[in-house]
Amino acid sequence: MEQAAINANRLKVRYFDIEEDPQEHYLNAEKGLKSWLLTVDHKRIGLMYLASVILFFFVGGVLAIVLRTELFTPTENLMNADQYNRIFTLHGAIMVFLFIIPSIPAALGNFLLPIMLGAKDVAFPRLNLASFYIYSIGAVFALVSLAVNPIDTGWTFYTPYSVQTGSAVILITMGVFIMGFSSILTGMNFIVTVHKLRAPGLTWGKLPLFIWAMYATSIIQVLATPVLAITLALLIMERAMGIGIFDPALGGDPVLYQHFFWFYSHPAVYIMIVPAFGVISEVIGTFSRKTVFGYWAIAMSSLAIAFIGSLVWGHHMFVSGQSELSTVVFSFLTFFVGIPTGIKIFNWLATMHKGSIDMKTPMLYAMIFLFLFTIGGVTGIMLGAISVNVHLHDTYYVVAHFHYVMMGGTVMAFLAGLHFWWPKMTGKMYSEFWGRISAVIIFIGFNVTFLPQFIMGSQGMPRRYFNYIEQFQSMHQLSTIGSYMLGVGFLIIGVYLLHSLFKGEKATSNPFGARTLDWMTSSPPAHHNFNYTPVVYHGPYDYHKPISEFTIGIAGSDEHHGHEEVKKTEKAEA
Amino acid sequence: MEYLTNFFLPSAESTYAYRVDALFHFINIVSLILLVGITIAIIYFAIKYRRKSQEDTTPVITHNTALEVTWTVIPLILILIVFGWGFKDYVEYRTPPANAYEVYVTAYSFGWDFEYPNGVVSPNELIVPVNTPIRLIMRARDNDVLHSFFVPQFRLKQDLIPNRFTYAWFEAKREGEFVYFCTEYCGAGHSIMSGLVKVKSQADFDEWMEGELGRDLDAMPLAELGRLAYTRHGCQGCHSIDGSRLVGPTFQGLYMAERQFTDGTSRIADEEYLIESILYPQRVVNVGYPNNMPAIYQQTLSERELAGLIEFIKELQ
Repeated sequence: MEQAAINANRLKVRYFDIEEDPQEHYLNAEKGLKSWLLTVDHKRIGLMYLASVILFFFVGGVLAIVLRTELFTPTENLMNADQYNRIFTLHGAIMVFLFIIPSIPAALGNFLLPIMLGAKDVAFPRLNLASFYIYSIGAVFALVSLAVNPIDTGWTFYTPYSVQTGSAVILITMGVFIMGFSSILTGMNFIVTVHKLRAPGLTWGKLPLFIWAMYATSIIQVLATPVLAITLALLIMERAMGIGIFDPALGGDPVLYQHFFWFYSHPAVYIMIVPAFGVISEVIGTFSRKTVFGYWAIAMSSLAIAFIGSLVWGHHMFVSGQSELSTVVFSFLTFFVGIPTGIKIFNWLATMHKGSIDMKTPMLYAMIFLFLFTIGGVTGIMLGAISVNVHLHDTYYVVAHFHYVMMGGTVMAFLAGLHFWWPKMTGKMYSEFWGRISAVIIFIGFNVTFLPQFIMGSQGMPRRYFNYIEQFQSMHQLSTIGSYMLGVGFLIIGVYLLHSLFKGEKATSNPFGARTLDWMTSSPPAHHNFNYTPVVYHGPYDYHKPISEFTIGIAGSDEHHGHEEVKKTEKAEA
Repeated sequence: MEYLTNFFLPSAESTYAYRVDALFHFINIVSLILLVGITIAIIYFAIKYRRKSQEDTTPVITHNTALEVTWTVIPLILILIVFGWGFKDYVEYRTPPANAYEVYVTAYSFGWDFEYPNGVVSPNELIVPVNTPIRLIMRARDNDVLHSFFVPQFRLKQDLIPNRFTYAWFEAKREGEFVYFCTEYCGAGHSIMSGLVKVKSQADFDEWMEGELGRDLDAMPLAELGRLAYTRHGCQGCHSIDGSRLVGPTFQGLYMAERQFTDGTSRIADEEYLIESILYPQRVVNVGYPNNMPAIYQQTLSERELAGLIEFIKELQ
């Protein structure tokens, strides 16, 4: 990496002006449906992912509201137990596999990672398009299973129930199996891109923290996803061919399935949350206009979480019948995930200290994230304590905990990122007024929905219950009302973002005064991201240096942002 | 404090429950302090350091080793305390006293059998003496799915698996009735797979046990035996006797009613039909109901119990 720095020092560079209100950009560089479907442009692929995950978030969200409506009364009011079981399974499976796993990495990551690195595209653009189509094929399988015989096993597909039930388990697990490959390929693509396509001067110590987070995420994706694929393949074999692996009736072991499943699915929650950490680092740095406190601590804690998070899967199984020794070891390791996570939260707070804080919508979401994610984190500590876990396992306490982490964490960060990069992606400004209003509605609605679930969970309300005893009714009703508020909040976002697409004010190239490379190009970016070959001289959060110093590029590289050019210049200078 | 405890937790009724609650409160208090601190910091910073002009400049603070060590070491100490505490209690939770009274628990979709050492079986009701350690030896029925036995007021939970035994123990501190739930998702009847743990004084428990032992099933009238079989074999998990709709059709008014099947045929529910539906539940399936009744009753019901069930259903008009 020093080599790159030395090369950068020897490059002949100059400052470039960023074109405001560009006539030609990636959105209109090519026209027609075919130019979208066959594009290898990472930005367009990112947008296609974005549209897909938003669609699935909508579907999963509607299902959630249907579930909450059913739970308004202790007995049947909308559907029977069988339909309820199918709907909560679909809500979970769609939200996890189709929305939250690809949400930040595939949508925002695809759009931003190459730009932040100063590259023209990811390392393997065609593979990137293939990843999108693999994801789409997986999604089609999931949708077909929905139409044929919606699955009723819960998103965890626990055996032996998943082997015995009559619903279309094979179809949806095939879908998840296929989508796994999309995740692996995207992860690999990103790892290679970060290693090989950084702009001259962009050393590891100058990478934006979003890149570090994406890098850690990609490692988990590549290492953990194959285990899920194998597990689901074994499950399919057991169902289709009667080979005894997990079903005791066939001589298998259901606890083995749980080990396999969580070996992936626990790291998978870090696939979901680590990219969110990256977004939050960018947003807090930008809107505090201050050097991010503890750069290396934040960067390395992402990798530490990826590593430790791969060793804690057994904490989902304290009462499953696994050995006491495993339970103790997994509990011990689990707590250590709390340390790097805590470090991040304190570092973000320290970044805000003495900053110049601009309470725009993305920052509002980042602050909501800090509050909700802290609750999600400390309740995770609660669940890690073995004796307490025995009481809380499989109750609404767990449901509330992971919604605080996944929705209060990842979805809030996703919203922060969506608003933050909306001007960059679309070239239009969203409505700041409505942005703040809906953030407040979502914050209140979220807490009204999920705080009562902590209480009824610790009171003993089991999860995945269609009927419940009357003692829990008031809490359930509060929770249902909260879910409607959430629904309203998201609808408002949908309306004003759509409105901004058509009638929004034009965005400048760097409306929030950020310092990373993604803001050193026009909004929306040019077809090949930059009209010059960027060279990085300053750190990603050097807010004490004027913005004009950040648009350094190789002299004479206008209009040709190509690798041969770089090589030639390097040679000439060397 | 007591009000708060009752707000968050069900009453503690076992020896073990108090220990869990102490740790629960400890973590909650520490977490609350942390959360309040963080929230105040967020709000205070957001107000104090709000952007006053677009030309604001900020100091360059890259890190602060002393501060960072502090906020690494303090949480580290806290988590080690929490781990050690939870571990210590878990050891107790997994170590039943040697003199514990043993009850065999069998779970199935959707019900429970509690079998005592003398052969008495109590369907869906765990009846135990107070102030006595009870050891549960648990297993799900062969060919069934996972279930989990959860008694909130005892802070007790353990999964049941078809191919192996799992164990749990508790000692109830007070006489009374405490609800238990199934907490491992097991299908359409999951949320109605609950019942009561009845804790009785030793004398009441002995009396109940005597009554159970003295019952002569062969001399029992058929309909009464059928009522017993209805709970003992788990029919109540899916079929109501008061007309309400559970997983399967209700037994009320079932006898001699016309049934519609998914293959388009229909039939009068006479004795012949009832017996066939119990023994071969997949042959015809009622419209509007899932095809998920276990085909196990050929093995588990005696001839007399089967006849008893039919008589029992006939009485529910």
